[in-house]
Amino acid sequence: MFQFSVVNQWIDEFLRTYLSEGWTLLVEFVLVALLVLTAYAVLALLLIYIERKICAFFQCRIGPNRVGPFGILQSVADMIKILLKEIIRINKVDPFLFRLACFLVIIASLCTFGALPFDGGLHAIDFNIGVFYLLAVSSLGVVGILLAGWSSNNKYTMIGAMRSGAQLISYELSCGLSLLSIVILSGTMQLSQIVEQQSDLWFIFKGHVPAFIAFVIYLIAGHAETNRGPFDLPEAESELTAGYHTEYSGIQFGFFYLAEYLNMFIIAAIAATMFLGGWMPLHIPGWDRINEIMDYIPPVIWFFGKTFFCVFMALWVRWAFPRLRIDQLLALEWKILLPIGLINILLMTLLVIL
Amino acid sequence: MKMINYIKNIFLGIWHLLQGMYIAMLNFIRPKVTEQYPENRGKVSPHERFRGQLIMPHNEQNQHKCTACKICEMNCPNGTIRVVTKMETDPETGKEKKVLDRYMYDIGSCIFCALCTESCPSDAIDWTTNFEHGLFTKSKLVQRLNREGSSLMKKIRE
Repeated sequence: MFQFSVVNQWIDEFLRTYLSEGWTLLVEFVLVALLVLTAYAVLALLLIYIERKICAFFQCRIGPNRVGPFGILQSVADMIKILLKEIIRINKVDPFLFRLACFLVIIASLCTFGALPFDGGLHAIDFNIGVFYLLAVSSLGVVGILLAGWSSNNKYTMIGAMRSGAQLISYELSCGLSLLSIVILSGTMQLSQIVEQQSDLWFIFKGHVPAFIAFVIYLIAGHAETNRGPFDLPEAESELTAGYHTEYSGIQFGFFYLAEYLNMFIIAAIAATMFLGGWMPLHIPGWDRINEIMDYIPPVIWFFGKTFFCVFMALWVRWAFPRLRIDQLLALEWKILLPIGLINILLMTLLVIL
Repeated sequence: MKMINYIKNIFLGIWHLLQGMYIAMLNFIRPKVTEQYPENRGKVSPHERFRGQLIMPHNEQNQHKCTACKICEMNCPNGTIRVVTKMETDPETGKEKKVLDRYMYDIGSCIFCALCTESCPSDAIDWTTNFEHGLFTKSKLVQRLNREGSSLMKKIRE
């Protein structure tokens, strides 16, 4: 199995031969930050393209096909367009909070993105409370959304932000509970160890029924947290024009847009890491020949394959189901997902003990 | 009983959602219907019943079927059709007869309702699927449908 840790060590040794301890660390920090930011932007463009293409396919259309072969440069062209647009100054907004909100949203999603294990070595930071960190930082974005809604001085943004707050606070519970059941199964919160423990079999198979239930609950709750698909009440084009980012324009809107798509990727990536084994290839105990063949596929491809599978599930759900009303949305969480999640944790605990 | 209903509803809901996802997946793998218009220009035409443009079919002897009865002109809701007639002496019987001189059709005001073709007693006018109506001159929107020197088809008169 090829791991990026080899490359990391090589770069580290190379830098240490020329620079002192402090400078080496500084250069490495800058390199990691640049890499994370670039990957963030490139993935956002890729996701926008994939989303538009798959949505088109669900509606029997072709989708973007004019800019570049198969339209792959369409989202690049859109990015250039959004960078050239004017940032409109709006009267009677709270200027400081209005400008701060979009940064808060994108910082929250970038912080989560940085902690994801893309590969054995492609891991910016490996906390021993990794799952806890992911949950905490990913829900920080709601502060930005609430601020955006409040500071815009507009009834649509206000309603959108309030809905978003209600939705995120409710669904965060189910999210946490379903991830907790995997933490119970693995006995650790460190993401690298969670992935390492799935080297013989992925948790979704290892954990029998409770892990599968947790996976489904996590997909539903995570999907609701990204404010998309049947749960797109904070944006609600038909009722609230564009919800909390109605008043934003230019690159400020672009930040919200980017964060929304990357949140979809982050939710899918967490689901892939916790349930589908992250970058770990599919290993079935006893089938040594197949395990060897699986090892030839690089772990990065495994990670992105699983993640894009989860992204595809999110898009599939988005076009299959009708939108929910706000009371139905909250009823789904508090009356159905939360009780199931609690019972599921009990089941998982029994499974681990026995 | 309430508890049983609650659990039953959850499973029923999951079943219905799965059905919805199945239908969506059927749409996903279905062939796409988008026409890439400027590339396939001339290769793909609309459905044969598409009303693109009104025409008057002529046969090889430059003859049409229009008897100039003006029913289409009366049926047209917004004055798109104007039938101009003239009196002509029949060479066989020597009697004067009203025949079609010019059949004027203004595509600029046509709403493609097909009341003219529906009401025509002798099927003299028909639709084609030509949909490229773009022009630079407004006056060219008014077209003359019968050709120069055309006459009434003999069969109709029997």
